[in-house]
Amino acid sequence: MTDGPAGRADGASATGPAAADPPPVQVRGLVKRYGELTAVAGVDLTVRTGDVYGYLGPNGAGKTTSLRMMLGLIRPTEGSVRLFGRDPMHGVRALEGVAGFVEAPTFYPYLSARRNLELLAAYDGGDAGDRIDGALQTVELSDRQRDRVGGFSHGMRQRLGIAAALLRAPRLLLLDEPATGLDPAGMRDMRLLIRRLAGQGMTVLLSSHLLNEVEDVCNRVAIVRAGRIVYEGEIAALKRGAGARYRLQTTDDDRALAVCGAQPGVSDVSVDHGRISFVADEAAVAELSQALIESGALITAMAPQTVTLEDLFFSFTEGDGVPAAAAEPRTAPEAAI
Amino acid sequence: MPGIGTVYRWELFKLRYQKRTYLGLGASVIVPILFVVAIHLHHQHGRGDFAFSDYLDRSGLAVPLVILLFGAVWLFPLITALVAGDIFASEDHNGTLKTILTRSLERWQLFVGKALAASTYAVAAILLCGTVAVVAGSIQSGFNSLQSLSGTVVSAPKALELVYVSLIVYLIPIAAIVCIGLLLSAVTRNSAAAVVGTLMVSLLIQLLGILPGLGGLAPYLLSTQFNAWQGLLRTPIDWTPIVRAIWVCALYGAPSLGAAFLVFLRRDVAGG
Repeated sequence: MTDGPAGRADGASATGPAAADPPPVQVRGLVKRYGELTAVAGVDLTVRTGDVYGYLGPNGAGKTTSLRMMLGLIRPTEGSVRLFGRDPMHGVRALEGVAGFVEAPTFYPYLSARRNLELLAAYDGGDAGDRIDGALQTVELSDRQRDRVGGFSHGMRQRLGIAAALLRAPRLLLLDEPATGLDPAGMRDMRLLIRRLAGQGMTVLLSSHLLNEVEDVCNRVAIVRAGRIVYEGEIAALKRGAGARYRLQTTDDDRALAVCGAQPGVSDVSVDHGRISFVADEAAVAELSQALIESGALITAMAPQTVTLEDLFFSFTEGDGVPAAAAEPRTAPEAAI
Repeated sequence: MPGIGTVYRWELFKLRYQKRTYLGLGASVIVPILFVVAIHLHHQHGRGDFAFSDYLDRSGLAVPLVILLFGAVWLFPLITALVAGDIFASEDHNGTLKTILTRSLERWQLFVGKALAASTYAVAAILLCGTVAVVAGSIQSGFNSLQSLSGTVVSAPKALELVYVSLIVYLIPIAAIVCIGLLLSAVTRNSAAAVVGTLMVSLLIQLLGILPGLGGLAPYLLSTQFNAWQGLLRTPIDWTPIVRAIWVCALYGAPSLGAAFLVFLRRDVAGG
């Protein structure tokens, strides 16, 4: 398993930076069983203040069930959830400063968007009602606020779900697949909205199987497979830990292959589709370039191949869970040097 | 801070936008009017062998009492179940339970607010039906004195007072029906099943009362308590059926309400 500097694999204990305040989300040993079926099998994760945290997994991996337990909608069979140090099963006070939705956000279809928000603001109390106009503006639904929600598209309901969450002036947003079902423009708008909210200081935990979306907006991820966390940590660390793969073409590939095999810091050397492929960090690549010139195998092309979160995700969630370093990454547009 | 009152007000507000509300309240208005129209079209004496049947042509105040008599079979249980059976199940149907359970209200506050709203609707439906029956009956047969079940004549104002007190007594078994509806709504999470189920429970209890050999059960059946108001129409007032209605209905209603409360408080919200 890959275990980068800020990551851990296979549910190893996660420890964030020392902080006086309890983290926005701390989940330990979370288990949910429905009879014989284990939906969540011992999840540990920690979302730190300021994180935009992606909770990744294939369908049926237990993401939504975990989020339901985090929001106090279902009781864990075992384990604990703490939101800012409070147990959501011990009453709604634990949800102070917390908002979000699981699955698609839902509203009373026979009421208008505004009436729905007024109802939810009344249920929130305080000055939530004063935030209705601002929330509608944020999600760009001001002009449709008098329309019945029953006539809203999926994307509009998703945005209204965000507006409903904003009424609570949350410090922590829990969003379950917020971009699922949206058209490309809707997905882009949702990404921008999440970035904007994160920029305002909100901690965000979002579950998703849209990996581009997560890679685009999140700084940390947990990857869940069959109800278990198989990786938790920073995306950047995960990608660094996977190492960068390069493709190489020279004037003498046989000699170059020998040089690569003998070069310190260069690993996983192979020939793929007539080109040399290897894994190395930037310093090792510089030394390899020098060695190749000295050997007389002149470089005609060398291109890094981008390791995407998708590559890493599949390496963790498919087959035997072989980590990303051994996975065949997606090829980036090749650049001749 | 939000509380039970907040939930109660919004539940009543939501009822204004739901068709079933108007189905129930509409029936409460239309049934007495149709009943009076039927009296008008079939003008005759000696309509049947039931309480106040002979007075339908002489006093409009007999109309609400006869409707109370026959409405107990399915009309009022159905009207009551339309909202009580729907009030939790509709949240499951719309998927909105998870939306309201993640706000700043405890589950017990939501439960109490909803139960109060369902009860308010039932009270409104019964009082509306009674009032329409009084008005329509008085237009048809006049606002006249009434003969009590003991044979004494009761003046029209006094009879009107007794009609409304009868409606209030009638609310005792209606409250038990509300509780059963709430339980089925919370347990089945399906509006149609809860509404039909509540009606079926009411009809089955009535069936028990007419099965041979089970006559001894009659005083303790919920259906019997729908006749408790007749004690008010005796001289002197017979409080025995009214007092029995209170504790018998409590025996039906309290466990149902308690079970509904526990189901709602403890349930996992895995769907809606």
